[in-house]
Amino acid sequence: MPTLGDYLLVSGLLFSIGLAGVLLRRNLLIIFMGLELMLNAANLSLVAFARHGVTAFGLPDYNAQVLVFFIITVAAAEVAVGLAIIVALYRLRQTTHVEDLDRMKF
Amino acid sequence: MDPHLYPWIILFAPLVAAGLILLLLPRRNAAAGVVGIATAALTCLLSWKVFLQPELAVTAQIPWLDIPGVFAVPIGVILDDLSRVMLVVVTTIATLVFVYSAGYMRGDEGIPRYYAALCLFLFSMLGIVLADNFVMMYIFWELVGVSSYILIGHYYRKDSAADAGKQAFLVNRVGDFGFLLGILMLWLATGSVMFSGIEQNLSAVTLHPGYLIAACLLVFCGTLGKSAQMPLHVWLPNSMEGPTPVSSLLHAATMVAAGVYMLARIFPVLLAAPEVVRDVIMWVGAITCFAAGLMATQQDDIKRILAYSTISQLGYMVVGIAVAPVNDVAMFHLFTHAFFKCLLFLCAGSVIIAVHHEQDIWKMGGLLPRMPLTALCLVAGTLALVGCPGFSGYYSKDLIVAYAHGANTAVFWITAGAALLTSFYMFRLFFVVFWGRPRGSHAEHAKQSPAIMTIPLLLLAVAAVAAGYPAVSKHFFALPHGEIPHIVHFALLAALLGGLALAALLYARSPMTDPVRVPLFANRFYIDNFYDWLVARGQGGLAVLSSWFDRWIIDGLVVTGAARTVWATGYVLRFLQLGNLQAYAFFFGAGVLALLYFLVFR
Repeated sequence: MPTLGDYLLVSGLLFSIGLAGVLLRRNLLIIFMGLELMLNAANLSLVAFARHGVTAFGLPDYNAQVLVFFIITVAAAEVAVGLAIIVALYRLRQTTHVEDLDRMKF
Repeated sequence: MDPHLYPWIILFAPLVAAGLILLLLPRRNAAAGVVGIATAALTCLLSWKVFLQPELAVTAQIPWLDIPGVFAVPIGVILDDLSRVMLVVVTTIATLVFVYSAGYMRGDEGIPRYYAALCLFLFSMLGIVLADNFVMMYIFWELVGVSSYILIGHYYRKDSAADAGKQAFLVNRVGDFGFLLGILMLWLATGSVMFSGIEQNLSAVTLHPGYLIAACLLVFCGTLGKSAQMPLHVWLPNSMEGPTPVSSLLHAATMVAAGVYMLARIFPVLLAAPEVVRDVIMWVGAITCFAAGLMATQQDDIKRILAYSTISQLGYMVVGIAVAPVNDVAMFHLFTHAFFKCLLFLCAGSVIIAVHHEQDIWKMGGLLPRMPLTALCLVAGTLALVGCPGFSGYYSKDLIVAYAHGANTAVFWITAGAALLTSFYMFRLFFVVFWGRPRGSHAEHAKQSPAIMTIPLLLLAVAAVAAGYPAVSKHFFALPHGEIPHIVHFALLAALLGGLALAALLYARSPMTDPVRVPLFANRFYIDNFYDWLVARGQGGLAVLSSWFDRWIIDGLVVTGAARTVWATGYVLRFLQLGNLQAYAFFFGAGVLALLYFLVFR
């Protein structure tokens, strides 16, 4: 039976991989996947806390699990919007490489 | 009409007239003159009526500023022997000068403005005379200053006239500042600004002689400014830029005497004050009367000679306040001086008109056969001024000098010396202007001025001769009876004859230029130059300093500095805007990490 620490370790690893992907990869789609990975790392830790944080009635804490459902829903919506933006950007600039998208400066 | 209304009518009629002239008759020269003269005549008539009814002792008051228990300033009139005499003097002379002005100002473009200002002056002067409390007197004191400013600057297109008006106002402001402080100190100590209240509660202050000395000397500062005593005398000679009737009424007969009148009004306070107050007043008066006499001996402008003579005579009055046991001694000289000095100025005005607005006495000469009436009046005024026996100045000046003899030997000799100077510069003026032969074509073709100017002259000449006779003065003053020491008579007679002889010796042969040249006196002891230097250096330096402070500290450091700081910070920070998405993400992540570190581990 894995402990809470194991879950949190996996969650941390997932978050770090996601952050590294956001910071280091050049392709916008990969960066977007890194973002999703970070969201799911947060979901994993929330579910782990819910499983291990037992309430006074001996039942799991469902509040955290409800929050996870919300995050999944919002993430789905966000993916739709984000991918749409990326498609629009690609149509405009014919690239998804962030190094070519450096016009946001003075 | 109810006689109790007389003082109020006397006070407010000139104000109504001034408003009437300015609002309804701004272009009507003749109408403005008629309104002005009629108003002055009305006040004169009522003043004589008030004077001849000694039982009419009005002390009516209108409450004005009233903070119960703290401060009460009514608008009130006081009618006692002092104000009655002053009312008569002011309104009588004002009427004559108003009439004379109609002749002198003929052809001037600003006659309504002139008469309105004269009426305003009359209102303010009567306010000073009738005021029963210090605050009211101070208000009218300032109003007199305003009307003086307007009238000195009547020929405002001339820079010198405009500057002289400004100078008169500013120099008076110096004295008035002290005056105000003195009033506040007396109010603080006695709890009243009424003259009667201050006198009643004076015992509260006499226990603190230092406080009383300071209060009295600060009040005396008002006299320094208004009565042109040393060292604030510089404005009076420059005020001669105004029209001659103005010089005659304001700057010789009445307004400049307001300082002396104020001292006479608070005479009981001065008597109760320590000796040192009266000593200071005496010495200021003595120094002024001698120094102004010295300056007068070397002036070339006919009006400036008379102006310095006025300062000198005001010095006598101030000495009279300090040395005599009653205020009537100084007021007696004020009374006689008002008539003969007004006469002298009006004679000078008559001469100036006759020689086409020339004021330099070295361009006149030989006017005696050409203007005999003016010459006669000027001689009468001169003899009164120098104190010739049988003329009014003889009685009043001798009285002051006699009391000075009793008080302080040095002051006696100074005042006697000033009498010698008076005699010298007045006969110098007479010889140069009227004796010998003309020094120019204007003087050659001079003619006697019209009747509207000579009739006031003749009336004033009668007053200048007769005002001092005991038969006349006993109706106006309660002069102390006492034998005047023989040495006083001898000294003053010797001074008179000595001055006459010296002037005759130097000037009777009609020299073309002044045979005596004393630059120190001609340049008025360089006091004016010193003030110019002081203003240029002191005030100019201060201006440079504050300009520097404003430009570099306020403007440079604070205002522009704040803007520059924000701009520079922004300039540095904008280099963080790389445009690289991942760099932003990195900053964001690093920021969150740093925040977590500080929140959790610190």
